[in-house]
Amino acid sequence: MLGPFDYAFWVGSFLLEVFVVVCMIYRRVFFRHLPVNIYMSCMALVNCGQYASIREFGFYSSQYAYFYFYTDGLMMILMFLVIIHFYEQVFIEMHVGSYIRGAAMLLLAATALFSALVIHEHQEHFTGKFIGEFSQNIYFVGLVLTYLLWGAVLKLRETRAQLVQFILALGIYFSGTAGTYALQNLFPSLWLIVLHWLPGVMGLWLPAAWLYTIAKVPEEARLATAPLAVGAR
Amino acid sequence: MMAALICVVSLAAFLQFFVSYCRSILASTHGIDLSENVREVTGIENAGVVADDFARLLQLLHLCSDGGQDRTEIRAIGTYYSLLRILGRMSHSIIPSVSAWVEQERRSCSYFAAVALDRRIANSRDLLNRQFDSGC
Repeated sequence: MLGPFDYAFWVGSFLLEVFVVVCMIYRRVFFRHLPVNIYMSCMALVNCGQYASIREFGFYSSQYAYFYFYTDGLMMILMFLVIIHFYEQVFIEMHVGSYIRGAAMLLLAATALFSALVIHEHQEHFTGKFIGEFSQNIYFVGLVLTYLLWGAVLKLRETRAQLVQFILALGIYFSGTAGTYALQNLFPSLWLIVLHWLPGVMGLWLPAAWLYTIAKVPEEARLATAPLAVGAR
Repeated sequence: MMAALICVVSLAAFLQFFVSYCRSILASTHGIDLSENVREVTGIENAGVVADDFARLLQLLHLCSDGGQDRTEIRAIGTYYSLLRILGRMSHSIIPSVSAWVEQERRSCSYFAAVALDRRIANSRDLLNRQFDSGC
């Protein structure tokens, strides 16, 4: 069953997600970052749904497992929309929004098709190992997209501090989550000991970091991105 | 094989993003000169803040009232500093170039703490002056 830490992660991430949306409304930037707000609102709803599902069917029920992994898949699609939004923000002056949207839709369709094929192939044995591998791959695609975006930020010398911090927080989230699932696949015995905390920690990290950015970093704040790269002095 | 590759790439990317994120917080204090007040309180000489000053500056920050405005940043940079210290100890004799980089990063953390202290001292003085003025 779930322990007190699991509930703490759950309640904490739910509250942080709600705070992000409230803070965006308060700062009057709700529509400017609409995909972020849609993602955070849906994530809060999914958290409520997971709680209801556990209460109704139990943590080890197949209903909860299906709810968890299907909503996780849907949330990844919404997360792709968030990444597209950041791409559009970074390339805003180059007026390539339509190309970005087209490429993103293509990528999304390819990911959805690949996922459907993989699930169809494994529907007879929808096991924990398969799910772990699938999550690892999906999050890794998110990491690659975010890494490319970070490369574009450095190349184009993007200076908007808020945007830079949004992207860096997303990079930490994707790399942490993809790495956790990869470790789970490599060392399944580590999952119960330590790794099962990490997706919860990452689930707290993303809304916390975005909340910090919205609440504390002024919209007009600028920073030089070149010194932020690891090799820079 | 695939999982091992993803694990290594994710870990490398995680470190890069984490360091860049912490640097983006530290960047907010770049180019800010320390006042005479904070130099006097901390005993920082003209040579500037050194990497090992961080713990002492943190203690002074805890003594100075804040109103909770910069607590999150200080906590985040504190975590970054602790990780750098561990990395510094591990790399000291093995990879000197990493050790030098760690030293520079730790100095940036200390400078960040000094600027935060400077702000808090200025805020406290401002508050005291206002209270004094309203009392008169």
